[in-house]
Amino acid sequence: MTLNANTPLLQLEGITKRFGATLALNNVRFELGAGEVHALMGENGAGKSTLMKILSGSVQRDAGKILLDGKEIDIRSPRDAAAHGIAIIHQELNTVPAMTVAENLCLGNEPLNRFGFLNRKRVIEEARRKLARIGARIDPRRPLGSLSVGMQQMVEIARAVSERARVLVLDEPTAALSRAESTQLYALIKQMRAEGVGMVYISHRMEEVWHLADRVTVFRDGTYVGTGKMGEITPEMVVKMMVGRAVGNIYDHVQRTPGDVVLNVTGLTGRDVGPVDFEIRAGEVVSMAGLIGSGRTEVARLVFGADRRTAGSVTIGGKTSNPGDPSAAIADGIGMVPENRKEQGLFLDHAVEANIAISSLDRFVTADVLHKAKARAAVRRQMERLRLRLSAIDLPVKALSGGNQQKAALARWLMRESKVLILDEPTRGVDIGAKREIYELIDQLARAGKAILVISSDLPEAIGISDRLLVMRSGRIVHEMDCDIATEETVMTYATGTARSAAENVGVKQ
Amino acid sequence: MNRNDRQQSSPNDEEAQREPFDFARWWDRVGILIVLVALVVLMAIIAPNFARVDNLLNIARAISVNAILAAGLTFVILTAGIDLSVGSIVAVSGVTAVIAAMAGLPAPAAVLLGMGVGAACGLVNGVLTAYLALAPFIVTLGTMTFLRGLAYTITDGQPIVSSDLNFKQIGNGYLAGTPIPVLIMVVVYIIAWFVLERTRYGRHIYAVGGNPEAAKLAGVRVKRIITSVYIIGGGCAGLGGIIFAARVISAQPTAGTGYELDAIAAVVLGGTSLSGGRGRIVGTLIGSVILGVLATGLILMNVQFFTQLLIKGAVIIFAVAIDSLKQKPFVFSTIFRTPAQSKT
Repeated sequence: MTLNANTPLLQLEGITKRFGATLALNNVRFELGAGEVHALMGENGAGKSTLMKILSGSVQRDAGKILLDGKEIDIRSPRDAAAHGIAIIHQELNTVPAMTVAENLCLGNEPLNRFGFLNRKRVIEEARRKLARIGARIDPRRPLGSLSVGMQQMVEIARAVSERARVLVLDEPTAALSRAESTQLYALIKQMRAEGVGMVYISHRMEEVWHLADRVTVFRDGTYVGTGKMGEITPEMVVKMMVGRAVGNIYDHVQRTPGDVVLNVTGLTGRDVGPVDFEIRAGEVVSMAGLIGSGRTEVARLVFGADRRTAGSVTIGGKTSNPGDPSAAIADGIGMVPENRKEQGLFLDHAVEANIAISSLDRFVTADVLHKAKARAAVRRQMERLRLRLSAIDLPVKALSGGNQQKAALARWLMRESKVLILDEPTRGVDIGAKREIYELIDQLARAGKAILVISSDLPEAIGISDRLLVMRSGRIVHEMDCDIATEETVMTYATGTARSAAENVGVKQ
Repeated sequence: MNRNDRQQSSPNDEEAQREPFDFARWWDRVGILIVLVALVVLMAIIAPNFARVDNLLNIARAISVNAILAAGLTFVILTAGIDLSVGSIVAVSGVTAVIAAMAGLPAPAAVLLGMGVGAACGLVNGVLTAYLALAPFIVTLGTMTFLRGLAYTITDGQPIVSSDLNFKQIGNGYLAGTPIPVLIMVVVYIIAWFVLERTRYGRHIYAVGGNPEAAKLAGVRVKRIITSVYIIGGGCAGLGGIIFAARVISAQPTAGTGYELDAIAAVVLGGTSLSGGRGRIVGTLIGSVILGVLATGLILMNVQFFTQLLIKGAVIIFAVAIDSLKQKPFVFSTIFRTPAQSKT
């Protein structure tokens, strides 16, 4: 541990921020030492991101003090923050995919030649220097969009980290990264810590916090709950601080007994994946594990008719389902909650009611004319079932928290009473309380006889909530196992397909 | 370090509470109507002849063609599309209907033919936009030019006057003291309102405009919906063309020139978002009326034509600016919201 014993690098004291009716932050504090990784945890809506926006100058505090090296500073704009050596890596990438890596790195700060035109040579040089600074080996002339998400994130970090960077805020940086990419990021974080950079690390993932952080601070509902040092605090304590109560094993569920085969997939092939074969029984939860890019989402989209299949057949309850588009798949009894809730799942500006009802409207029409009251009553029933606040029914769905947005996306298929449910990353960006509710719901649905396919990059989750696991690699299902005997190590062995990972797992081979 | 355990309440408390006063919602409902009322009151005071019934009916008749175009265009814009060809469709459908009527086609058939031609033009726009995934701005820019050329070609560039046109009542007649174009406009809006607000098809239009990918994954047949709204846009423009031709009792190849821009202005003025998924048909009607009242009022006030353009342009920008600012809560929250209670 490299904590500075004297004055902390950064101190935030008594920070308060109000948005309209909501008190987003109530007199919170936070402290960061040079060369420290300080994790900031809390459920969605706890105020973590707001505090970081205040620190980075994109939001102004209503009250409170910010001290850098013990001296009070004022941050009124992102420019101020940068001048003080404070940089932030946002959850969403803030880069331009169509431009090259170098152009992105110089965005807003383009070197000019003496005629006032862009100095292309220096753009490249500058970019090389910035990439070298974080040890990323990326060709600056490549279009950014041609890089993997992980590489793009590296570029984002390279952009944020100038030579003078003293404080770096990382807001859920690994949310969209594969395991290998995350490992690369961890190495970078450790390197910067050794150089004395103080880092605020926002994450929902307990294991990576324990891997990286020196201290953990927890917020709940906009208030400061507490801070603990690694070694003195346990993940269970942190979870308790986050939710205000003890949480048992969140994956717990009683043994389920699957019934007849509902979904049968044979030789399913698409442009980049397949052929794949699998089946799911009524009352069974099957997870697809695999690295990002292994083709899990593609398989789901083929089954759902969202992409064109080139070969193979799907039957649902014995009947052939050969959908040309999702509307046909839905009619056959399939529902899918897509991976990217905001871009593919929801109509963000539209009311919660419209979002939930959209796929079931045919049940509430006579000659295409809607029975509005009936549809609304049905939506209310689903909202009650999912413990969504009924007064939110007319609010735009974007006003809900991530967890509740996901519940609204699920409610759409509950209302439709789909027999087969495909849930692609159902708990991504969802806080721990809502996660637990979603797990309970999945269990409940399985008990009600649904066949459920879950795609999850969170391995403990995939193993914990399902009965069987399908491991995918390069567009094929390479292994199938019961969750009773599956361990993260065995799954990774098959998912990576490398001798190295097999060797790491001596003793857990089957 | 610790707080009391959370009360046994629902887990959804973190969402924004209902605001005591929410400017955006309020403005969405009545904002544009207030602008209209204010405008009418102002005109009634300044221009003494303005508030007379015959003048008001004249305004209604004057706006009817544009309002009908705007109704159809609202469907298109709600899906985040655009149709620049509606003005040219006015010409092509009017010309076709007049020539068909002169060749002996009975009035109802000629009218249906005109509308059918409009809908067919819309079908072309829709198929190119939805199935070939071309940008609707470019597609309809192309058809706008093409169809204008077609109208000139059919008429050889000359107006064709037909003084005993069998459907001329559609443009000039009265029913129960009301001009027929106004009645048609009202019927069009009632149907459009019903379709958008009360049918599944209407919900699907909003869904496609709100998020086309999410709509597809929710089971909406996005391409069909997109194609259909252009057919509706074209059909409305065809109807507008019939009324226009009936009003001037002739086939005019220049009919409807620039109408697409007035129709777009009415839709946008009415609060429909050009990025799709948000807006109301009632707003479009009010938007059309505002433009009509403004035009007539300014004439009654003897304002020069050049100045009229300046005012009209400023009004459009002003209305859209308010519409855009309301999306940014912080601009108005400080002005309009009462200091809010903290929760907990």
